[in-house]
Amino acid sequence: MDSTLMTDRNVRSASPVLAIRDLSVGLKTRTGVTELVRNVSLDIRPGERVGLVGESGSGKSLTMLAVMGLLASPVTVTGGSVTLGETELVGAPDRKLRALRGSEIAMVYQDPMTSLDPLQRIGEQIAEGLRAHGTSRSEAGERTLAALAEVQLPDPHRLARAYPHELSGGMRQRVMIAAALAGNPRLLLADEPTTALDVTIQRQILSLVARIQRARNLAVLWVTHDLGVAAQFVQRLAVMYAGRIVEVGPTAAVFSAPQHPYTAALLAAVPSTTGERSALGQIPGSPPEPGSFPAGCSFASRCRQARPGCTQAEPALEEREGGVAAACFVPPAEWRP
Amino acid sequence: MSAPAEHPGSMPGTDAPAAVLAAPVLAAAGLVKVYPPASRAGQPSIALAGVSLDLAEGACLGVVGESGCGKSTLARLLVGLERPTAGTVLLQGQPVTNFRRPELARRLQLVSQDPFSSLNPRLTVESALTEVLLVHRRVPGRKEADQRVAELLDMVSLGPQFASRLPHEMSGGQAQRVAIARALAAEPQILILDEPTSALDVSVRAGIVNLLTRLRSELALSYLFISHDMAVIRQLSDQIGVMYAGRFVERGPWQSVMSAPLHPYTRALLTAVPEPHPDGSLLGSADDLAHDAPDTGGVQVAASARTGCPYFPRCPIRIDRCLTDDPPLEVVAGAHDAACYRAGVAVESGGGVPAESGGSPGERV
Repeated sequence: MDSTLMTDRNVRSASPVLAIRDLSVGLKTRTGVTELVRNVSLDIRPGERVGLVGESGSGKSLTMLAVMGLLASPVTVTGGSVTLGETELVGAPDRKLRALRGSEIAMVYQDPMTSLDPLQRIGEQIAEGLRAHGTSRSEAGERTLAALAEVQLPDPHRLARAYPHELSGGMRQRVMIAAALAGNPRLLLADEPTTALDVTIQRQILSLVARIQRARNLAVLWVTHDLGVAAQFVQRLAVMYAGRIVEVGPTAAVFSAPQHPYTAALLAAVPSTTGERSALGQIPGSPPEPGSFPAGCSFASRCRQARPGCTQAEPALEEREGGVAAACFVPPAEWRP
Repeated sequence: MSAPAEHPGSMPGTDAPAAVLAAPVLAAAGLVKVYPPASRAGQPSIALAGVSLDLAEGACLGVVGESGCGKSTLARLLVGLERPTAGTVLLQGQPVTNFRRPELARRLQLVSQDPFSSLNPRLTVESALTEVLLVHRRVPGRKEADQRVAELLDMVSLGPQFASRLPHEMSGGQAQRVAIARALAAEPQILILDEPTSALDVSVRAGIVNLLTRLRSELALSYLFISHDMAVIRQLSDQIGVMYAGRFVERGPWQSVMSAPLHPYTRALLTAVPEPHPDGSLLGSADDLAHDAPDTGGVQVAASARTGCPYFPRCPIRIDRCLTDDPPLEVVAGAHDAACYRAGVAVESGGGVPAESGGSPGERV
């Protein structure tokens, strides 16, 4: 296992584990295609934790499902590519994708109870995943125990014989992480895995994943609606709105000087446990429904900074200073207070 | 927001801090709720283990805690949806059991987490609000009801076009506004708010929090605001009560509880909140999990057999006494109470007592 900590520069220069290019996802109906995710591009390099942040309906979970090849008809990838190392995932046959999931790519979801079989012992479930990828029975058993120990579950031998219902929510999520990482993947995809947990348990899970991730130099894509989790957990984040990435960059830069008015408005809406107690920022209106994305910038009708031109053309995601890219015509220097 | 100095005659020695005194509109004393065992072999579960509180007129008491701490049971007892095993709830000085249902509903309304489960899916917003207005005779007739529906919608910042909507034609945030309007239609003095923002997106949540803040001052309402979210609780509350294992372990003015927490559990909660600014406070020490309490399976409500402090198994500053004696909620500083023998004692940095003793509640180290 590679336990070298990569510096930020190393992370930058290494070739990406996962490269998402112009990925679009749509809902195919008799009358046409409703766009749900539009031209999403994102790289995740070895040893990097990347966050995909957005509110409900922003397309973050669909992007994740598209990457995993788990979209179900009539929702399909309508354009772009997703490459894992050298392998193109879009359009790859199911058999190939299944082989990659659990070996190269691991996944963790919000609700462990929907992924765990309630009638099967924990240990058997983890071992089964390993055996499906050609590990021998005895080796699978050993690796299962090692995986349970790695996620700091007490008494792995006893736990391997337990059923999911005997565990607390936090322990179940640890089991899911153990199962996901047992196959020694290069990439971990996580869809809101700590959202249903209490904050004290969430903290433990985040610390745990960060530690394992660093030790293994894993690439992580973490989908969350929680800006706090993003702030504390990921090194780089992409903010999604109405199916597009509207801002992407190093977490510290995005939080300290957001370049897109939506990011700025979202940050102003989050209450804090410290600092001045004042009214929270609000965003008027609601996000556009998929299928009726307005002309121009999707955020324009709700945007404090909108100018007449914003409803004419859609701003492209463009590089700004500090490694941040934003899709907005109005630079922060010209923002109204 | 009521100033703490509003009632200078507050009596020292009572649980209630200065702002929450004189005539509480809602009070609870020694509330206990025990649910029978789920199976024959099971143990009865203690959801509330003795909760007392006072809610002053126009004040907001924030109740914060994690899943299973009893905060929702508390809400259900306060609004009379369930009866306590022991203890009393006093509404304007009278036992809540003296009120008939409609009388109770004209004084006390509950707003819960999921507006769609509290709104009738087949009633338009207008019908839902009119029904409440007529049942509680808050308007003389149908004509006045229409007028009042428009006012109520305006109060929660929804346009008149929402009157004809059905619940499924609204977003979560809009439906929650309707649920709040429906609660307000009865013209109660008190709102019990049970996680009203927890299912909402960040930007929508901000709107509801701001709305609740505005309504409280405009209508002189009293709130009991329940949430698992420390930051949301802080935004609204005058007083904050922290619940653990069916009781308050800390209670005081919001400033003191947030900036100088006394109970180790409150401190653990505050530390665990992922703050929306990347200063590395959460994962700065990610490599040493020594500071983290062991995962004992979340909040385990004290089994009847257990003695001592219920937080003992997770506590980083516990002493021998904590295993045998159960600390009562006592005044520690000013109007700031805590149920801890070591209230305010700092955790020694690097000295992770509980990390190695993981997962053995009640077991002595």
